[in-house]
Amino acid sequence: MRTVYMDHSATTPVRPEVVEAMLPYFTEQFGNASSVHHLGQRARAAVDEARDIVAAHLNARPEEIVFTSGGTESDNHAIRGVAAAGRGRHVITSAVEHHAVLNTCKALEKEGFEVTVLPVDENGLVDPQELRGALRPGTVLVSIMMANNEVGTIQPIRELAEVTAESGAVFHTDAVQAAGKMPVDVEELGVDLLSLSAHKFYGPKGVGVLYIRAGTRIRPMQVGGHHEHGRRAGTENVPGIVGMARALELACAEMDEEAQRLKRLREHLQKGLTGRLEDVQLNGHPEQRLPHLLNLTFAYVEGESMLLSLDAVGVCVSTGSACTSGTLEPSHVLTAMGVRPELAHGSLRFSLGRMNTEDDVEYVLEKFPPIVRRLREMSPTTREASA
Amino acid sequence: MYSDKVMEHFTDPQNVGEIENPDGVGQVGNPTCGDVMRITIKVEDGHIADIKFKTLGCAAAIATSSITTEMAKGKSLEEAMEITRKRVAEELGGLPPQKMHCSNLAAEGLHKAIEDYRAKHPQPAGGQTSD
Repeated sequence: MRTVYMDHSATTPVRPEVVEAMLPYFTEQFGNASSVHHLGQRARAAVDEARDIVAAHLNARPEEIVFTSGGTESDNHAIRGVAAAGRGRHVITSAVEHHAVLNTCKALEKEGFEVTVLPVDENGLVDPQELRGALRPGTVLVSIMMANNEVGTIQPIRELAEVTAESGAVFHTDAVQAAGKMPVDVEELGVDLLSLSAHKFYGPKGVGVLYIRAGTRIRPMQVGGHHEHGRRAGTENVPGIVGMARALELACAEMDEEAQRLKRLREHLQKGLTGRLEDVQLNGHPEQRLPHLLNLTFAYVEGESMLLSLDAVGVCVSTGSACTSGTLEPSHVLTAMGVRPELAHGSLRFSLGRMNTEDDVEYVLEKFPPIVRRLREMSPTTREASA
Repeated sequence: MYSDKVMEHFTDPQNVGEIENPDGVGQVGNPTCGDVMRITIKVEDGHIADIKFKTLGCAAAIATSSITTEMAKGKSLEEAMEITRKRVAEELGGLPPQKMHCSNLAAEGLHKAIEDYRAKHPQPAGGQTSD
Protein backbone atom coordinates (compact mmCIF):
# COMPACT_ATOMS: atom_id res chain seq x y z
CA MET A 1 0.00 0.00 0.00
CA ARG A 2 1.09 3.51 -0.77
CA THR A 3 2.15 5.58 2.26
CA VAL A 4 1.54 9.31 2.20
CA TYR A 5 3.09 10.83 5.31
CA MET A 6 1.51 14.17 6.19
CA ASP A 7 2.42 14.29 9.87
CA HIS A 8 5.73 16.16 9.78
CA SER A 9 4.79 18.26 12.80
CA ALA A 10 4.83 15.04 14.83
CA THR A 11 8.21 13.95 13.54
CA THR A 12 10.29 13.72 10.38
CA PRO A 13 12.54 11.04 8.91
CA VAL A 14 16.27 11.57 9.37
CA ARG A 15 17.83 12.75 6.12
CA PRO A 16 20.41 10.40 4.58
CA GLU A 17 23.04 13.19 4.68
CA VAL A 18 22.38 13.49 8.40
CA VAL A 19 22.67 9.75 9.01
CA GLU A 20 25.95 9.79 7.09
CA ALA A 21 27.33 12.59 9.24
CA MET A 22 26.31 10.75 12.42
CA LEU A 23 27.54 7.24 11.61
CA PRO A 24 31.27 7.58 12.43
CA TYR A 25 30.40 8.83 15.92
CA PHE A 26 28.66 5.57 16.80
CA THR A 27 31.59 3.36 15.84
CA GLU A 28 35.15 4.53 15.13
CA GLN A 29 34.80 7.98 16.71
CA PHE A 30 33.00 6.76 19.80
CA GLY A 31 35.00 8.78 22.32
CA ASN A 32 33.57 10.55 25.35
CA ALA A 33 33.93 14.26 24.67
CA SER A 34 35.19 14.71 28.23
CA SER A 35 38.12 12.28 27.79
CA VAL A 36 41.62 13.70 27.47
CA HIS A 37 42.95 11.15 24.96
CA HIS A 38 42.73 11.60 21.21
CA LEU A 39 39.42 9.77 20.80
CA GLY A 40 37.86 12.01 23.40
CA GLN A 41 39.33 15.08 21.76
CA ARG A 42 37.90 14.10 18.37
CA ALA A 43 34.47 13.79 19.93
CA ARG A 44 35.01 17.16 21.63
CA ALA A 45 35.97 18.73 18.31
CA ALA A 46 32.82 17.35 16.69
CA VAL A 47 30.61 18.73 19.47
CA ASP A 48 32.35 22.12 19.29
CA GLU A 49 31.93 22.27 15.54
CA ALA A 50 28.24 21.37 15.88
CA ARG A 51 27.86 24.09 18.50
CA ASP A 52 29.40 26.65 16.13
CA ILE A 53 27.06 25.59 13.34
CA VAL A 54 23.93 25.74 15.51
CA ALA A 55 24.98 29.09 16.98
CA ALA A 56 25.63 30.57 13.54
CA HIS A 57 22.20 29.52 12.29
CA LEU A 58 20.44 31.06 15.27
CA ASN A 59 22.65 34.17 15.21
CA ALA A 60 23.83 33.28 18.71
CA ARG A 61 27.27 32.79 20.26
CA PRO A 62 28.53 29.21 20.64
CA GLU A 63 28.71 29.51 24.42
CA GLU A 64 25.00 30.35 24.46
CA ILE A 65 24.07 26.94 23.01
CA VAL A 66 23.27 24.10 25.42
CA PHE A 67 22.61 20.66 23.99
CA THR A 68 19.72 18.77 25.56
CA SER A 69 17.71 15.60 24.97
CA GLY A 70 15.02 17.45 23.03
CA GLY A 71 12.23 20.00 23.13
CA THR A 72 10.59 18.82 26.33
CA GLU A 73 13.85 18.94 28.28
CA SER A 74 14.68 22.35 26.85
CA ASP A 75 11.27 23.70 27.86
CA ASN A 76 11.52 22.19 31.33
CA HIS A 77 15.04 23.54 31.78
CA ALA A 78 14.05 27.02 30.63
CA ILE A 79 10.98 27.32 32.85
CA ARG A 80 12.18 25.50 35.95
CA GLY A 81 15.70 26.92 35.66
CA VAL A 82 14.50 30.52 35.56
CA ALA A 83 11.89 29.92 38.27
CA ALA A 84 14.60 28.49 40.53
CA ALA A 85 16.96 31.42 39.92
CA GLY A 86 14.47 34.25 39.76
CA ARG A 87 13.56 36.80 42.36
CA GLY A 88 9.84 36.44 42.00
CA ARG A 89 7.07 33.86 42.09
CA HIS A 90 5.05 34.68 38.98
CA VAL A 91 5.28 33.22 35.48
CA ILE A 92 3.24 33.97 32.36
CA THR A 93 2.46 31.66 29.49
CA SER A 94 -0.30 31.28 26.87
CA ALA A 95 -3.31 28.99 26.57
CA VAL A 96 -2.04 27.38 23.35
CA GLU A 97 1.40 26.20 24.45
CA HIS A 98 2.68 22.66 24.02
CA HIS A 99 2.14 20.46 27.07
CA ALA A 100 5.89 20.55 27.71
CA VAL A 101 5.41 24.21 28.66
CA LEU A 102 1.85 24.18 30.02
CA ASN A 103 2.37 21.22 32.32
CA THR A 104 5.73 22.52 33.55
CA CYS A 105 3.98 25.76 34.49
CA LYS A 106 1.20 23.77 36.18
CA ALA A 107 3.83 21.86 38.16
CA LEU A 108 5.32 25.18 39.30
CA GLU A 109 1.86 26.29 40.37
CA LYS A 110 1.66 23.28 42.69
CA GLU A 111 4.99 24.37 44.13
CA GLY A 112 3.61 27.77 45.06
CA PHE A 113 4.22 29.87 41.94
CA GLU A 114 1.49 31.96 40.46
CA VAL A 115 0.84 31.31 36.77
CA THR A 116 -1.02 33.58 34.38
CA VAL A 117 -2.23 31.86 31.22
CA LEU A 118 -2.83 34.46 28.53
CA PRO A 119 -5.83 33.94 26.23
CA VAL A 120 -5.56 33.96 22.43
CA ASP A 121 -7.86 35.37 19.77
CA GLU A 122 -9.82 33.27 17.26
CA ASN A 123 -6.69 32.92 15.10
CA GLY A 124 -4.59 31.75 18.01
CA LEU A 125 -2.65 34.99 18.54
CA VAL A 126 -1.48 36.37 21.88
CA ASP A 127 -1.98 40.13 22.20
CA PRO A 128 1.18 41.97 23.40
CA GLN A 129 -1.04 44.48 25.22
CA GLU A 130 -2.60 41.63 27.14
CA LEU A 131 0.90 40.52 28.12
CA ARG A 132 1.78 44.06 29.20
CA GLY A 133 -1.21 44.01 31.53
CA ALA A 134 -0.21 40.69 33.08
CA LEU A 135 3.42 41.60 33.83
CA ARG A 136 4.09 42.71 37.39
CA PRO A 137 7.08 43.23 39.68
CA GLY A 138 7.26 39.56 40.74
CA THR A 139 7.13 38.18 37.17
CA VAL A 140 10.28 36.16 36.49
CA LEU A 141 9.46 34.49 33.20
CA VAL A 142 7.26 34.72 30.13
CA SER A 143 7.08 31.62 27.93
CA ILE A 144 5.24 31.90 24.61
CA MET A 145 5.77 29.61 21.66
CA MET A 146 7.05 30.87 18.32
CA ALA A 147 4.65 28.82 16.19
CA ASN A 148 1.86 26.56 17.31
CA ASN A 149 2.16 22.82 16.76
CA GLU A 150 -1.54 22.19 16.14
CA VAL A 151 -2.66 25.12 14.00
CA GLY A 152 0.65 26.70 12.94
CA THR A 153 -0.14 30.27 14.06
CA ILE A 154 3.04 32.36 14.35
CA GLN A 155 3.18 34.62 17.42
CA PRO A 156 4.52 38.18 17.33
CA ILE A 157 7.55 37.08 19.35
CA ARG A 158 9.58 40.21 18.79
CA GLU A 159 6.85 42.44 20.23
CA LEU A 160 6.12 40.04 23.08
CA ALA A 161 9.83 39.85 23.95
CA GLU A 162 10.12 43.65 23.84
CA VAL A 163 7.22 44.11 26.22
CA THR A 164 8.74 41.50 28.52
CA ALA A 165 12.20 43.12 28.41
CA GLU A 166 10.74 46.43 29.65
CA SER A 167 9.68 44.62 32.82
CA GLY A 168 13.01 42.88 33.34
CA ALA A 169 11.51 39.37 33.20
CA VAL A 170 13.15 36.60 31.16
CA PHE A 171 11.52 35.67 27.83
CA HIS A 172 11.47 32.06 26.60
CA THR A 173 10.08 30.80 23.32
CA ASP A 174 9.49 27.21 22.25
CA ALA A 175 10.63 27.33 18.61
CA VAL A 176 10.37 23.57 18.11
CA GLN A 177 7.83 23.87 15.28
CA ALA A 178 9.30 27.01 13.75
CA ALA A 179 12.90 25.89 13.25
CA GLY A 180 13.68 24.95 9.67
CA LYS A 181 10.36 26.41 8.47
CA MET A 182 11.08 30.11 9.06
CA PRO A 183 14.09 32.20 10.14
CA VAL A 184 14.92 31.84 13.83
CA ASP A 185 17.29 34.68 14.76
CA VAL A 186 17.64 35.21 18.50
CA GLU A 187 18.82 38.82 18.04
CA GLU A 188 16.01 39.68 15.67
CA LEU A 189 13.51 38.08 18.05
CA GLY A 190 15.08 39.51 21.19
CA VAL A 191 14.49 36.34 23.21
CA ASP A 192 16.54 35.18 26.21
CA LEU A 193 15.80 31.47 25.92
CA LEU A 194 14.75 29.36 22.95
CA SER A 195 14.02 25.63 22.60
CA LEU A 196 14.69 23.46 19.55
CA SER A 197 14.22 19.77 18.80
CA ALA A 198 16.22 18.03 16.05
CA HIS A 199 13.64 15.47 14.97
CA LYS A 200 11.25 18.15 13.74
CA PHE A 201 13.73 19.23 11.06
CA TYR A 202 14.95 15.87 9.72
CA GLY A 203 17.45 15.30 12.49
CA PRO A 204 17.51 12.44 14.99
CA LYS A 205 15.17 12.01 17.96
CA GLY A 206 16.52 12.53 21.46
CA VAL A 207 18.52 15.70 20.88
CA GLY A 208 17.69 19.36 21.11
CA VAL A 209 18.95 22.80 22.04
CA LEU A 210 18.31 25.34 24.71
CA TYR A 211 19.67 28.71 23.68
CA ILE A 212 20.56 30.73 26.79
CA ARG A 213 21.40 34.39 26.19
CA ALA A 214 24.58 35.35 28.02
CA GLY A 215 23.75 36.86 31.41
CA THR A 216 20.32 35.17 31.79
CA ARG A 217 19.52 34.18 35.38
CA ILE A 218 18.96 30.43 35.12
CA ARG A 219 19.91 27.40 37.20
CA PRO A 220 20.97 24.05 35.79
CA MET A 221 18.26 21.41 36.11
CA GLN A 222 20.28 18.28 35.48
CA VAL A 223 23.24 18.22 37.85
CA GLY A 224 26.35 16.06 37.64
CA GLY A 225 29.62 16.56 35.77
CA HIS A 226 30.88 19.76 34.17
CA HIS A 227 29.36 19.12 30.74
CA GLU A 228 27.98 22.03 28.73
CA HIS A 229 29.84 24.50 30.94
CA GLY A 230 28.06 23.17 33.99
CA ARG A 231 24.62 24.03 32.60
CA ARG A 232 23.52 20.53 31.66
CA ALA A 233 25.31 17.53 33.09
CA GLY A 234 25.56 14.24 31.22
CA THR A 235 27.83 12.74 28.58
CA GLU A 236 27.16 14.50 25.30
CA ASN A 237 25.10 12.63 22.71
CA VAL A 238 27.83 13.12 20.12
CA PRO A 239 26.18 11.45 17.09
CA GLY A 240 22.89 13.17 17.89
CA ILE A 241 24.49 16.57 18.26
CA VAL A 242 26.47 16.17 15.03
CA GLY A 243 23.30 15.04 13.23
CA MET A 244 21.25 17.94 14.56
CA ALA A 245 23.80 20.49 13.38
CA ARG A 246 23.91 18.95 9.91
CA ALA A 247 20.10 18.82 9.76
CA LEU A 248 19.76 22.46 10.81
CA GLU A 249 22.37 23.51 8.26
CA LEU A 250 20.52 21.71 5.46
CA ALA A 251 17.09 22.95 6.55
CA CYS A 252 18.26 26.56 6.67
CA ALA A 253 20.03 26.33 3.30
CA GLU A 254 16.86 25.05 1.61
CA MET A 255 14.35 26.95 3.71
CA ASP A 256 13.16 29.69 1.36
CA GLU A 257 12.59 27.40 -1.57
CA GLU A 258 11.12 24.56 0.48
CA ALA A 259 8.78 26.88 2.39
CA GLN A 260 7.42 28.22 -0.91
CA ARG A 261 6.96 24.71 -2.26
CA LEU A 262 5.18 23.49 0.88
CA LYS A 263 2.94 26.52 0.92
CA ARG A 264 1.86 25.83 -2.66
CA LEU A 265 1.13 22.20 -1.83
CA ARG A 266 -0.78 23.20 1.27
CA GLU A 267 -2.88 25.72 -0.61
CA HIS A 268 -3.72 23.12 -3.20
CA LEU A 269 -4.77 20.72 -0.43
CA GLN A 270 -6.79 23.38 1.39
CA LYS A 271 -8.59 24.60 -1.75
CA GLY A 272 -9.15 21.04 -2.89
CA LEU A 273 -10.74 19.94 0.36
CA THR A 274 -12.85 23.05 0.94
CA GLY A 275 -13.99 22.88 -2.69
CA ARG A 276 -14.99 19.23 -2.51
CA LEU A 277 -16.62 19.21 0.92
CA GLU A 278 -19.14 21.41 2.68
CA ASP A 279 -18.86 22.66 6.25
CA VAL A 280 -15.08 22.71 6.40
CA GLN A 281 -13.42 25.36 8.51
CA LEU A 282 -9.78 26.44 8.74
CA ASN A 283 -8.25 26.57 12.20
CA GLY A 284 -5.33 28.91 12.74
CA HIS A 285 -4.29 32.24 11.30
CA PRO A 286 -5.17 32.52 7.59
CA GLU A 287 -1.77 34.09 6.72
CA GLN A 288 0.48 34.29 9.76
CA ARG A 289 0.96 30.55 9.82
CA LEU A 290 3.67 27.93 9.27
CA PRO A 291 3.86 27.11 5.55
CA HIS A 292 3.46 23.36 5.86
CA LEU A 293 0.57 23.11 8.27
CA LEU A 294 -3.15 22.81 7.61
CA ASN A 295 -5.65 22.25 10.41
CA LEU A 296 -9.25 21.84 9.29
CA THR A 297 -12.49 21.09 11.07
CA PHE A 298 -14.98 18.85 9.31
CA ALA A 299 -18.35 19.38 10.94
CA TYR A 300 -20.50 16.35 11.89
CA VAL A 301 -17.59 13.91 11.97
CA GLU A 302 -15.09 12.91 14.62
CA GLY A 303 -11.32 13.23 14.21
CA GLU A 304 -10.18 9.74 15.11
CA SER A 305 -12.63 8.15 12.68
CA MET A 306 -11.22 10.29 9.88
CA LEU A 307 -7.64 9.58 10.97
CA LEU A 308 -8.11 5.81 11.04
CA SER A 309 -10.00 5.81 7.74
CA LEU A 310 -7.17 7.79 6.14
CA ASP A 311 -4.65 5.44 7.69
CA ALA A 312 -6.47 2.54 6.04
CA VAL A 313 -5.60 4.08 2.65
CA GLY A 314 -2.04 4.84 3.71
CA VAL A 315 -2.36 8.51 4.65
CA CYS A 316 -0.80 9.53 7.98
CA VAL A 317 -2.19 12.65 9.67
CA SER A 318 -3.07 13.55 13.22
CA THR A 319 -6.00 14.91 15.14
CA GLY A 320 -4.78 18.27 16.35
CA SER A 321 -1.81 16.97 18.23
CA ALA A 322 -0.39 13.46 18.42
CA CYS A 323 -0.21 13.89 22.19
CA THR A 324 -3.94 14.58 22.27
CA SER A 325 -4.88 11.29 20.65
CA GLY A 326 -4.60 9.37 23.92
CA THR A 327 -7.17 11.52 25.68
CA LEU A 328 -10.84 12.22 25.13
CA GLU A 329 -10.66 15.95 25.73
CA PRO A 330 -10.92 18.16 22.68
CA SER A 331 -7.73 20.05 21.80
CA HIS A 332 -6.85 22.75 24.33
CA VAL A 333 -5.50 24.86 21.48
CA LEU A 334 -8.74 24.82 19.49
CA THR A 335 -10.92 25.41 22.55
CA ALA A 336 -8.68 28.34 23.57
CA MET A 337 -9.30 29.79 20.09
CA GLY A 338 -13.02 29.59 20.74
CA VAL A 339 -13.73 26.57 18.53
CA ARG A 340 -16.81 24.83 19.97
CA PRO A 341 -16.01 21.41 21.47
CA GLU A 342 -18.19 19.51 18.97
CA LEU A 343 -16.22 21.11 16.13
CA ALA A 344 -12.87 20.70 17.88
CA HIS A 345 -13.55 16.94 17.98
CA GLY A 346 -13.79 16.97 14.18
CA SER A 347 -10.43 18.57 13.47
CA LEU A 348 -7.53 17.10 11.56
CA ARG A 349 -3.95 18.30 11.12
CA PHE A 350 -2.12 17.80 7.84
CA SER A 351 1.56 18.73 8.12
CA LEU A 352 3.49 18.51 4.90
CA GLY A 353 7.18 17.92 4.41
CA ARG A 354 10.11 17.20 2.15
CA MET A 355 8.87 13.97 0.68
CA ASN A 356 5.37 15.20 -0.18
CA THR A 357 4.58 15.89 -3.81
CA GLU A 358 1.74 17.30 -5.86
CA ASP A 359 0.82 13.66 -6.48
CA ASP A 360 0.40 13.04 -2.74
CA VAL A 361 -1.98 15.99 -2.49
CA GLU A 362 -3.98 14.62 -5.42
CA TYR A 363 -4.11 11.22 -3.72
CA VAL A 364 -5.53 12.75 -0.54
CA LEU A 365 -8.02 14.82 -2.56
CA GLU A 366 -9.18 11.62 -4.23
CA LYS A 367 -9.35 9.46 -1.08
CA PHE A 368 -10.44 11.79 1.67
CA PRO A 369 -13.73 13.39 0.55
CA PRO A 370 -15.50 10.00 0.22
CA ILE A 371 -14.34 9.15 3.74
CA VAL A 372 -15.88 12.32 5.16
CA ARG A 373 -19.10 11.77 3.19
CA ARG A 374 -19.37 8.20 4.40
CA LEU A 375 -18.85 9.21 8.04
CA ARG A 376 -21.33 12.05 7.66
CA GLU A 377 -23.93 9.64 6.28
CA MET A 378 -23.37 7.59 9.40
CA SER A 379 -23.65 10.62 11.69
CA PRO A 380 -26.90 11.55 13.47
CA THR A 381 -25.81 15.20 13.70
CA THR A 382 -25.78 16.32 10.07
CA ARG A 383 -26.60 19.85 9.07
CA GLU A 384 -30.18 18.77 8.18
CA ALA A 385 -30.59 17.13 11.57
CA SER A 386 -29.40 20.20 13.45
CA ALA A 387 -31.42 22.62 11.28
CA MET B 1 -4.64 0.28 19.97
CA TYR B 2 -7.84 -1.45 18.77
CA SER B 3 -8.60 -5.15 18.38
CA ASP B 4 -9.08 -6.60 14.89
CA LYS B 5 -12.78 -7.03 15.66
CA VAL B 6 -13.15 -3.31 16.45
CA MET B 7 -11.38 -2.38 13.23
CA GLU B 8 -13.57 -4.83 11.30
CA HIS B 9 -16.77 -3.24 12.61
CA PHE B 10 -15.37 0.26 12.17
CA THR B 11 -14.36 -0.35 8.55
CA ASP B 12 -17.47 -2.29 7.65
CA PRO B 13 -20.21 -1.39 10.11
CA GLN B 14 -23.48 -3.35 10.05
CA ASN B 15 -27.02 -1.95 10.25
CA VAL B 16 -26.12 1.67 9.54
CA GLY B 17 -29.07 3.95 8.97
CA GLU B 18 -32.41 4.89 10.34
CA ILE B 19 -35.65 2.87 10.28
CA GLU B 20 -38.58 4.79 8.85
CA ASN B 21 -41.48 5.01 11.28
CA PRO B 22 -39.57 3.16 14.00
CA ASP B 23 -41.31 1.56 16.95
CA GLY B 24 -38.66 2.89 19.30
CA VAL B 25 -35.86 5.49 19.22
CA GLY B 26 -32.97 5.84 21.63
CA GLN B 27 -30.48 8.70 21.44
CA VAL B 28 -27.50 8.94 23.78
CA GLY B 29 -24.33 10.96 24.09
CA ASN B 30 -23.70 14.56 23.30
CA PRO B 31 -21.71 16.31 20.60
CA THR B 32 -19.66 18.25 23.16
CA CYS B 33 -18.10 14.95 24.25
CA GLY B 34 -17.62 13.91 20.65
CA ASP B 35 -20.02 10.97 20.65
CA VAL B 36 -23.70 10.82 19.67
CA MET B 37 -25.61 7.66 18.91
CA ARG B 38 -29.17 7.10 17.66
CA ILE B 39 -30.70 3.64 17.58
CA THR B 40 -34.03 2.91 15.88
CA ILE B 41 -35.88 -0.38 16.26
CA LYS B 42 -38.78 -2.24 14.72
CA VAL B 43 -40.53 -4.61 17.13
CA GLU B 44 -42.58 -7.67 16.12
CA ASP B 45 -44.04 -10.19 18.57
CA GLY B 46 -41.91 -8.84 21.40
CA HIS B 47 -38.73 -9.32 19.37
CA ILE B 48 -36.38 -6.88 17.67
CA ALA B 49 -37.25 -7.47 14.04
CA ASP B 50 -34.98 -4.74 12.73
CA ILE B 51 -32.47 -2.32 14.22
CA LYS B 52 -30.34 0.45 12.75
CA PHE B 53 -27.89 2.98 14.12
CA LYS B 54 -26.40 6.36 13.31
CA THR B 55 -23.29 7.36 15.19
CA LEU B 56 -20.99 10.36 15.38
CA GLY B 57 -17.82 9.34 17.12
CA CYS B 58 -14.51 7.59 17.16
CA ALA B 59 -13.79 4.10 15.84
CA ALA B 60 -14.83 2.59 19.18
CA ALA B 61 -18.16 4.41 19.09
CA ILE B 62 -18.91 3.17 15.58
CA ALA B 63 -17.76 -0.41 16.26
CA THR B 64 -19.74 -0.71 19.51
CA SER B 65 -22.83 0.59 17.72
CA SER B 66 -22.42 -1.90 14.91
CA ILE B 67 -21.89 -4.94 17.12
CA THR B 68 -24.69 -3.95 19.50
CA THR B 69 -27.16 -3.94 16.63
CA GLU B 70 -25.91 -7.38 15.56
CA MET B 71 -26.22 -8.71 19.10
CA ALA B 72 -29.75 -7.33 19.50
CA LYS B 73 -31.26 -8.31 16.17
CA GLY B 74 -33.82 -11.11 16.54
CA LYS B 75 -33.62 -11.06 20.34
CA SER B 76 -36.66 -10.68 22.57
CA LEU B 77 -36.91 -7.28 24.26
CA GLU B 78 -36.06 -8.90 27.59
CA GLU B 79 -32.93 -10.49 26.16
CA ALA B 80 -31.93 -7.24 24.46
CA MET B 81 -32.25 -5.39 27.77
CA GLU B 82 -29.57 -7.71 29.13
CA ILE B 83 -26.97 -6.55 26.61
CA THR B 84 -24.53 -4.44 28.63
CA ARG B 85 -21.51 -2.26 27.85
CA LYS B 86 -19.34 -4.96 29.33
CA ARG B 87 -20.75 -7.64 27.03
CA VAL B 88 -20.41 -5.35 24.03
CA ALA B 89 -16.74 -4.72 24.86
CA GLU B 90 -16.13 -8.44 25.39
CA GLU B 91 -17.74 -9.28 22.08
CA LEU B 92 -15.30 -6.87 20.39
CA GLY B 93 -12.29 -8.49 22.03
CA GLY B 94 -11.88 -5.61 24.48
CA LEU B 95 -11.65 -1.83 24.22
CA PRO B 96 -8.88 0.57 25.32
CA PRO B 97 -9.66 1.68 28.90
CA GLN B 98 -10.22 5.35 27.98
CA LYS B 99 -12.86 4.23 25.46
CA MET B 100 -14.87 2.07 27.86
CA HIS B 101 -17.20 4.83 28.99
CA CYS B 102 -17.70 7.75 26.63
CA SER B 103 -17.49 5.73 23.44
CA ASN B 104 -19.32 2.62 24.57
CA LEU B 105 -22.86 3.99 24.64
CA ALA B 106 -24.66 1.72 22.22
CA ALA B 107 -26.10 -0.64 24.85
CA GLU B 108 -27.61 2.38 26.57
CA GLY B 109 -28.98 3.61 23.25
CA LEU B 110 -30.56 0.21 22.68
CA HIS B 111 -32.14 0.18 26.15
CA LYS B 112 -33.50 3.66 25.59
CA ALA B 113 -35.03 2.60 22.27
CA ILE B 114 -36.72 -0.36 23.98
CA GLU B 115 -37.98 1.87 26.80
CA ASP B 116 -39.27 4.30 24.20
CA TYR B 117 -41.12 1.45 22.49
CA ARG B 118 -42.58 0.28 25.80
CA ALA B 119 -43.70 3.80 26.70
CA LYS B 120 -45.48 4.12 23.38
CA HIS B 121 -46.97 0.62 23.57
CA PRO B 122 -48.09 0.15 27.16
CA GLN B 123 -48.85 -3.47 27.95
CA PRO B 124 -52.32 -4.12 29.24
CA ALA B 125 -52.01 -4.90 32.93
CA GLY B 126 -51.00 -8.56 33.02
CA GLY B 127 -53.86 -11.12 33.36
CA GLN B 128 -56.40 -8.53 34.42
CA THR B 129 -58.32 -8.25 31.20
CA SER B 130 -61.97 -8.52 31.98
CA ASP B 131 -64.81 -10.24 30.13
